[in-house]
Amino acid sequence: MDFDFNLITNSFPLLLTGASVTLKITLISVSLGLMIGMFVGIARLAKFWPVRFFAAVYVDFIRGTPLLVQIFIIYFAMPLVLGQRVDPFVAAITACSINSGAYIAEIFRAGIQSIDKGQTEAGRSLGMTWAQTMRYIILPQAFKRIIPPLGNEFIAMLKDSSLVSVIGFEELTRRGQLIIARTYGAFEIWLTVAFMYLVMTLTISRLVDYLERRYKIDDRR
Amino acid sequence: MIDVKNLHKKFGKLHVLKGIDAHIYEKEVVVIIGPSGSGKSTFLRCINFLEEPTEGEIMVGGISLNNKANINTVRTEVGMVFQRFNLFPHLNVLQNIGLAPVKVRNISTKEAEKISIELLAKVGLSDKARAYPEQLSGGQQQRVAIARALAMRPKVMLFDEPTSSLDPEMIKEVLDVMKNLAYEGMTMAVVTHEMGFAREVGDRVLFMDEGRIVEEGTPEDIFTNAREERTRSFLSKIL
Repeated sequence: MDFDFNLITNSFPLLLTGASVTLKITLISVSLGLMIGMFVGIARLAKFWPVRFFAAVYVDFIRGTPLLVQIFIIYFAMPLVLGQRVDPFVAAITACSINSGAYIAEIFRAGIQSIDKGQTEAGRSLGMTWAQTMRYIILPQAFKRIIPPLGNEFIAMLKDSSLVSVIGFEELTRRGQLIIARTYGAFEIWLTVAFMYLVMTLTISRLVDYLERRYKIDDRR
Repeated sequence: MIDVKNLHKKFGKLHVLKGIDAHIYEKEVVVIIGPSGSGKSTFLRCINFLEEPTEGEIMVGGISLNNKANINTVRTEVGMVFQRFNLFPHLNVLQNIGLAPVKVRNISTKEAEKISIELLAKVGLSDKARAYPEQLSGGQQQRVAIARALAMRPKVMLFDEPTSSLDPEMIKEVLDVMKNLAYEGMTMAVVTHEMGFAREVGDRVLFMDEGRIVEEGTPEDIFTNAREERTRSFLSKIL
């Protein structure tokens, strides 16, 4: 087998734009997932049981079914309900955000629960409401602690976003497939694709390490 | 100021408070003593509803705590100091003190800062305004916690074993702050093992055992001629 370096250099720009699309959908999905996850994570700890129940159903359903199936449901099943085609980009973002939200909800729940009960008591005894105590006392402390697991979730989502290639959304993996369909250079292209994922995940994990170290110094406790 | 009638508290099957009747009058310093597990802390925590009473009635400054809508109102009038300080580690000293007044009393940050600085002077920590809790000793942290509670301008202060997690050499600085508060006329309920403080500062001492108030009286009464055998036996072990 000949290793064709020209193939790599020629397709590099195309793959690079694919990588930037992958990074984009991951960033958007994890950001939306962060918002969903924060509310659902708090809802998991609510006093009112129906809130707790529905939050648990959401988390269980998403974590208990494959992301690929969730993507299919949104891209192929939802149009039957809505009566119109769902744009691949919208479908990809929706599926990934909802998926990420469930995992991040569990991260938030654990983070909130790890904060000493005395903190809540101190806040409440000063007359602050439950929401104020959460917002100004518990969440800021919890957030510092969950940076490492959030980083892991970001990396996992970056890799899992390759699944949206099946609905024809042109991110990094899909770009690779398309190039191979034209050139038959499976070896060169998949290796390059893998390398690009690796560069992105390593960069992110270094970034998270840095953030974690910065907040450790800052963590007055 | 505080009126407690037939207060019961159960944790599952554990019956911690078995009918407490007590009053705390304005400007009075009531010291609550008793063996561990006697329900002293639970009693104190019921007063600002950190524990929900199973049965009974609690009135604070004429407001009934049985109506849950009043809980936050009552809490703004009742300051609480905890055994383990519970300062907010992510905020500096000024922010610790000023947070609740800004969020609950809706005063400006500037005004809150002014109050905080005054209170810090009062507890002798003017130089620590910008420090974070972990940079302070236990005694200093507890004094900040007292200042934090005072910033809400409460009518009553509750102290839940405020010196129990302090190194011996730091106990005095905290007790001194509490003494000054008492002399200024603050209404106080103090759960403590510091009998010297109870004697010197307390107007009245409650002795609790097994979820009941066994005996109450002036410090003189309790410490020198307690009527109840249980009180005498407890005091003989610790004095």
